[in-house]
Amino acid sequence: MNKVDRWLLPDGIEEMLPDEARNVEALRRNLVDLFQRWGYDYVIAPLVEFTDSLLTGSGSEIELLTFKITDQLSGKTMGIRADITPQAARMDAHSLMREGVNRLCYAGHVIHTRPKAPLASRTPIQVGVELFGEPGIDADIEVLSVLLETLSAVGVPKQYIDIGHVGIFRALAEAAEFSSEQENALFALLQSKSETDIRNWLEANVADEVSRRCLLALPRLAGSASILSKAAELLDGAPDEVMAALDELSELNDVLHERYPDAQLYFDLGELRGYRYHTGIVFGAFAPGVGAAIANGGRYDHIGEAFGRARAATGFAADLTAISRIVEWPIAEKPAVFAPASGSEQMWIAVRDLRAAGERVVSGLSGQLQPFEHQVCDRILLERDGVVELQSI
Amino acid sequence: MSQLTIALTKGRILQETLPLLAAAGIEPLEDISKSRKLTFETSSQNVRLLILRGVDVPTYVEFGAADVGVSGKDTLIEHNSNSYYEPLDLQIAKCRMMTAGIVGKPVKPGRIRVATKYVNLAKRYYAEQGRQVDVIKLYGAMELAPIMNLCDEIVDIVDTGNTLKANGLEARDKIADISSRLIVNKASMKMKHCEIEALIDAIGSAVSERN
Repeated sequence: MNKVDRWLLPDGIEEMLPDEARNVEALRRNLVDLFQRWGYDYVIAPLVEFTDSLLTGSGSEIELLTFKITDQLSGKTMGIRADITPQAARMDAHSLMREGVNRLCYAGHVIHTRPKAPLASRTPIQVGVELFGEPGIDADIEVLSVLLETLSAVGVPKQYIDIGHVGIFRALAEAAEFSSEQENALFALLQSKSETDIRNWLEANVADEVSRRCLLALPRLAGSASILSKAAELLDGAPDEVMAALDELSELNDVLHERYPDAQLYFDLGELRGYRYHTGIVFGAFAPGVGAAIANGGRYDHIGEAFGRARAATGFAADLTAISRIVEWPIAEKPAVFAPASGSEQMWIAVRDLRAAGERVVSGLSGQLQPFEHQVCDRILLERDGVVELQSI
Repeated sequence: MSQLTIALTKGRILQETLPLLAAAGIEPLEDISKSRKLTFETSSQNVRLLILRGVDVPTYVEFGAADVGVSGKDTLIEHNSNSYYEPLDLQIAKCRMMTAGIVGKPVKPGRIRVATKYVNLAKRYYAEQGRQVDVIKLYGAMELAPIMNLCDEIVDIVDTGNTLKANGLEARDKIADISSRLIVNKASMKMKHCEIEALIDAIGSAVSERN
């Protein structure tokens, strides 16, 4: 490496300079406060842990996103977290062992081996909440409400929420008695909503007429809440779990629509994000100008099993780095007071008092009598005859 | 109404796409073939067209710079992204993705060299066949590569097969049927659902009328 490119950061790895860092930190604090007001306890999860626990119960997608290193002490493989959710689940199942409902929230960096979306950061800041111990739809409604509050708190101008339910595809796949290979193949096709390919595949693989009709209907069952009643018709004859899932989605829609009439709710029964990991409702948040979801979440009831304590679980995680790039930054730099270089005690006392009162005071060093431009000062302390006065610049 | 941006693949696919768009009420306000412009307003006020090289269409749609795109299935398989939907087969620009080699030359056992424009696709195909191959990326005139002993087989799209024949090659195995597809950015599909759904329906019925 020569001198010219020695300063280059790796692709997708970034630093935040003062303006950005100040605002991202303000957003982070704001959100952690919001989560705590909803009753979520803040936790700080470790940056690395053994892959045995970090990757348990999560999909293979997370495994590929995780950087791995060898622990020199134990010889075991450790992973640098690519997602905080499984860590929160481990804390709930093992470290906390609370009875009943447990609410946790977190904010921290995660590291991805490759960007999740084109040009996305590989070191995004993830903020989120997880709600454990409640299998009912109430929990999903609460988590989605927190997500909507989050988006409006950070100033995302319009909220687009995409909602699906992996239970529908899972029940249909079970009824059709797919092998796991078949299930994977159809899953991949559904991700692309390619009707031609789905029809061809179903004709070759599914004999039962009802199963075929229901599975073929999935990719087009997407749109406003009206598709839920359409789904009930089109999926007639489907297993009971499918109808139960549709009822859950209707209830969720009713409550959210009443609480947040401005949010755009989009239902997509073919949306199977995190299918191998999620067990019920799944959702994502989108914003104009961003080609990928800025927040994702949903129900994942089985993850605790791997830690020996099955717990119902639902939650969401948002990409604070992506969000900070689309919202107006809340905080302009607060102008400071400049204290010219001086050895006097009066000056020191004046500076100390101003700082105690919450002012930002920048001291001159090595005889510096005027602030540098980047120090953004609008007042200056002047000392005359042993008296220190504050004057505007 | 939200603004929709549609990225089109220039060349043969464009010629066959325009009638489908016209049936959906979208016609460029000027003659695309006579202009050097890259973006075109249309008769439908909220729709804009971009004219791109085929390989760039999935990229524009993936990044959300275009909401909708028209792209050959060959390009899509090679691009292999899950950040767009592929809701409609336009049934145009049909051809096949094939392997090909020199006429009568027996298939070499073991590790072979394959020249292609479709590196990812070729690697995946041969892996599925249980064969490890070395792939050489070329940008054109694939047919020349086996003749010059640069490779043992090529992977390319085959329409009539005349170019292969003219160069003493024969098509061997079919990898996939190719046609042009309508692709939609996933985020756009969720945020501009009404407009995009209407577009898919209109083009979809134009496609079924023609076939």
